[in-house]
Amino acid sequence: MADLKVCKCPDGLTTLGLGSCIGVALRDPSAKVGGLLHFMLPDSTAIKNNACAEKFADTGIELLVKLMIAEGASKSRLEAKIAGGAQMFAFQNKEGLLRVGERNAEAARNKLKEMNIKLIAEDTGADYGRTVVFYPETGEYVIKSVGKPQKSI
Amino acid sequence: MSKFDLDEMNSCYLDVLREIGNIGAGNATTALAQLLQRKVDMTVPQAELLEFKEVGRAIGGEESIMAGVYMVVEGDISGSMMFLLEKESARHLVNQMLCKPDDEGSASDLFDEMEISVMKEIGNIITGAYLNSLSDLTHLKIYPSVPAIAIDMAGAILSVPAIEFGVLGDKILMIQTRFSDDIQIDGFFILVPDVDSYQKILESLGIA
Repeated sequence: MADLKVCKCPDGLTTLGLGSCIGVALRDPSAKVGGLLHFMLPDSTAIKNNACAEKFADTGIELLVKLMIAEGASKSRLEAKIAGGAQMFAFQNKEGLLRVGERNAEAARNKLKEMNIKLIAEDTGADYGRTVVFYPETGEYVIKSVGKPQKSI
Repeated sequence: MSKFDLDEMNSCYLDVLREIGNIGAGNATTALAQLLQRKVDMTVPQAELLEFKEVGRAIGGEESIMAGVYMVVEGDISGSMMFLLEKESARHLVNQMLCKPDDEGSASDLFDEMEISVMKEIGNIITGAYLNSLSDLTHLKIYPSVPAIAIDMAGAILSVPAIEFGVLGDKILMIQTRFSDDIQIDGFFILVPDVDSYQKILESLGIA
């Protein structure tokens, strides 16, 4: 949670137990560089205490792209896949925070669009957690959930 | 009165919060033991400031499958309260409550509607005991919401209180107590009051 990592092929990256958080996987297929961000909240500008860049969709994606460029990736070649953004608990009357999964997914989409990064696949929403494994070599993004067959996007 | 700052949390405050966890969890464990009519042990509570990265590890791995009963706490203080059980423990507890043999349903990952309802009610009773004792001690009004439940990976369940804390800072303060019996029950109580509530709790005890 609130963390990111960059790797070179053929290594893979994983983050365990995504709930309402989102796992953003980026890769540059030619430079063979991949990155994975596990952010928690949609918008760093809505919150005063925002020093931790990895915590938010906007600053987190920016930081990840920056680190990947430092490893030799080119921004124009980046492609993205996202997963997570579930609503873990069903509450009736509390707005705001409890729709955070949905808002996280929206924020990730918007940020990627703003940075002209192509979003090629996503698996977001619903009410269950996800563990993800990302292989930048093939672009395969494997999603495991409790009581559901493993899938790959 | 200065604004309470998590980063300036000293060990005296943490001791007080640990003691609150001790009293609350003590009552909750007693309630659980009565429900099961069996001896249930609890550990000394931990009150720790954790980085978000450490949250999953704190309760034995992000991927361990748990049943989490989650309640929003309102009234004089606000925050959230969680009652987490290892999946097998939840299964055992539910079977016990429904007078079913223990091997029933154990192959399936899923709980049916009745079993979910039983889990929520157990969560309600037990966290109620926790919060009541806290309320008695501090003379603060504490109301839990209707419980909600998720049976999923611990990391995913704990992301919910973590995100609430994420709005306020880069760390989460959890007061957690582990309970277990000799065989089948293993789980945690986790109280996560928001930042303003710590101030109120400590003030009500004449400390802050």
